[in-house]
Amino acid sequence: MTTAVRPTRALAALPLRCASCRRDHEAAPAHVCPSCLGPLEPVYDADRELPDRGEIAARPRSLWRYREWLPFTGRPERCLNAGWTPLIDAPRLASALGVSRCLVKHDAGSFPSLSFKDRVVASAFNAAHAFGLTVVGCASTGNLANAVAAAAAREGFQAWIFIPHDLEPAKVAASAIFGPRLVRVRGTYDDVNRLCAQVADRFGWGIVNVNLRAYYGEGSKTAAFEIAEQLGWRLPDAVVAPMAGGSLVTKLSKGFGEFLSARLVHGVTPRLYGAQAEGCAPIVRLVERGDDTIVPVKPATIAKSLAIGNPADGRTASHAIRSSGGWAAAVNDLEIVEGIRLLAETTGIFGETAAGVTVAAARALARAGRLTPDDEVVLCITGNGLKTTEAVAGALTLSEPIAPRLSEVAALIKT
Amino acid sequence: MPILSLPSVLTPLTGGEHTIPAVGTTVSEALDDVVRRFPALSPRLRDENGEPYPFVTIYLNDEDIRFIGGFDAPVQPTDELSVVPAVAGG
Repeated sequence: MTTAVRPTRALAALPLRCASCRRDHEAAPAHVCPSCLGPLEPVYDADRELPDRGEIAARPRSLWRYREWLPFTGRPERCLNAGWTPLIDAPRLASALGVSRCLVKHDAGSFPSLSFKDRVVASAFNAAHAFGLTVVGCASTGNLANAVAAAAAREGFQAWIFIPHDLEPAKVAASAIFGPRLVRVRGTYDDVNRLCAQVADRFGWGIVNVNLRAYYGEGSKTAAFEIAEQLGWRLPDAVVAPMAGGSLVTKLSKGFGEFLSARLVHGVTPRLYGAQAEGCAPIVRLVERGDDTIVPVKPATIAKSLAIGNPADGRTASHAIRSSGGWAAAVNDLEIVEGIRLLAETTGIFGETAAGVTVAAARALARAGRLTPDDEVVLCITGNGLKTTEAVAGALTLSEPIAPRLSEVAALIKT
Repeated sequence: MPILSLPSVLTPLTGGEHTIPAVGTTVSEALDDVVRRFPALSPRLRDENGEPYPFVTIYLNDEDIRFIGGFDAPVQPTDELSVVPAVAGG
């Protein structure tokens, strides 16, 4: 097997276009349109040469095998190992949900930081590199903090990480270990996010989910590309994904659409289903209402990684869900723990609270008849349970210690 | 006197000013006062129906005004109103 080689060019970020007023702008570390403040998106050359299935399949197993759909020209130079997580058949979970087939997109095992945020950070860091930025940062509920801190350590960037003060200890440690400037902010994620919008504006750093956001978000499309390729170049009936800011669902829709347009797969975009916690479900409620205005909420849930009360991509996520024929569901904290356990006990995968939300929402959607017995369903498991062990600790029963004697084991067998 | 703080992307509409003193006892009055001096700002603060413009979030000190009465929220002389682009984070 050979690796296809294209001529090497210096890395450059693509120009931008406002998704609202459609004005064009030069490539820049900027996330909103100077004219209308709408979101900026990278503009791809419609006439660019695209690889076929064989060429993609021959490339190294990372998200950069899809580089023609990522917002750069030239070769990526940073975070080259991100992506290409397993798509795992989960027949016992399928049986529990009552669907024909269930597969787990296992980003809980992502390199290097055990969440899907490694995808978006890989794209954002190449944008930072292309713009000559040396200081990067983020506002984070934990997983993005881990991903930015890890990538910054590996790639030699200075990192400023802003997080709510009450994150899970493992997520704090899994950022601090890499040696960033870790700033704990008294407040919610939404408070942190506002602060980072002002930080990006004032200091000119590359805040990956603020002023590098146009490039950052595109990395999430690679989950869709991988699902399609790993299924043998076809699309599933349905995909269930957790929603915080709403970007992942939005970009899954875009990614499936781009592979359909490129004729790498055929059929229609899978039905997209979004999952949130009842204590923070502004996008679910938007989908249910069917209007176009996010009503922000004050989050109150154990699913801290999804606790964004004012989701930036809520409207686009809702539109992607409804236009695909999908729906959305919210689950309570008890159901979230049950979802984590169901995933673990049927697949051997320990997902974080967002995974519990996704699995529990899938079960609720199946019970409501939105997922049917004929469906092939992919669940996006986006983060690792080792980061949120406190969420399940109270639900697990541990036996009393025993003496190292065979008789004590024999006594246990009888109970 | 309350202060209105703007992101850089809006400062071309205010002659380069990031912070503008405002007169008023509610968010609405304070914004109206600033818009009288800088009319080009108006459509970036409220839509044509006077509702919140979807691409900005307005904070009164540390609180999103949508949680405290919206444009009718009372404003004290020492308060800071901040306009922040809504599309960020996640």
